Amino acid sequence: MPERSDTSHGFGRVLVAVYAVFALAASARSIVQLITEVESDTVVPYVLSAFAGVVYVVATYALARNHRRLALVTIGIELVGVITVGILSLADEGLFPDQTVWSDFGRGYVFIPLVLPFVGLWWLRRTVATRHA
Amino acid sequence: MNDPVAYGIAILALLVAAFAGWHTLKRREFGNPLFYAVCVLEIVLIGLTVGGSIALGSTSRDVDGVLFISYLVTMIVIPPAAVVWGIAEKSRWGTGVVVVAMLTIAALSVRLLGIWKGAYA
Repeated sequence: MPERSDTSHGFGRVLVAVYAVFALAASARSIVQLITEVESDTVVPYVLSAFAGVVYVVATYALARNHRRLALVTIGIELVGVITVGILSLADEGLFPDQTVWSDFGRGYVFIPLVLPFVGLWWLRRTVATRHA
Repeated sequence: MNDPVAYGIAILALLVAAFAGWHTLKRREFGNPLFYAVCVLEIVLIGLTVGGSIALGSTSRDVDGVLFISYLVTMIVIPPAAVVWGIAEKSRWGTGVVVVAMLTIAALSVRLLGIWKGAYA
């Protein structure tokens, strides 16, 4: 069968599925947190959870719809986010008193949040290569 | 809701994941045996939702009800969505979507047990 250069086909479909799971996990978690648990000292992780949720939702949409630039930007934000938050949460535990998807490099989610942006970037590169080949 | 139920469902989901993964590796098409396997899991999950809802209504535990029900609903929705998406993809990766879905069910099942026990409160 012909190779599709679309980001949403072939292996891309599995990638979109994983992104969809994380979009749901991160945004649902933040909605629950924002509704039920907000106190002044825990605003940082909850706002961060919400932000991460939005990033995953947009990345899922971008990959599923083959919007490459949008996918690149959101996956880039995701990569910077998971590494920055990972380092910060290890350096100063007080900064993130409650868990987010990106705390400790995504340890609560078997480190998938750390691996996922690399896979996403690899996939974006690869689908470009097949298009020009 | 107790350990055997949650871990039993997780193990069942992992078995279906392995079966789907075998399809992916061997480039097998999405066939009837895999479809039936997912159906069995789905029936178990519907049973879990009914049983879980009844248990939630009668328990004296301090369970976060909204969170608990939202997990149950999510678990019911995932397998059909994965099947529809998997069949639509004609390459080997169609069954890969089912692998992801089943691993998600296993993770959700273990987390559901945590919610029931109030481990995240």
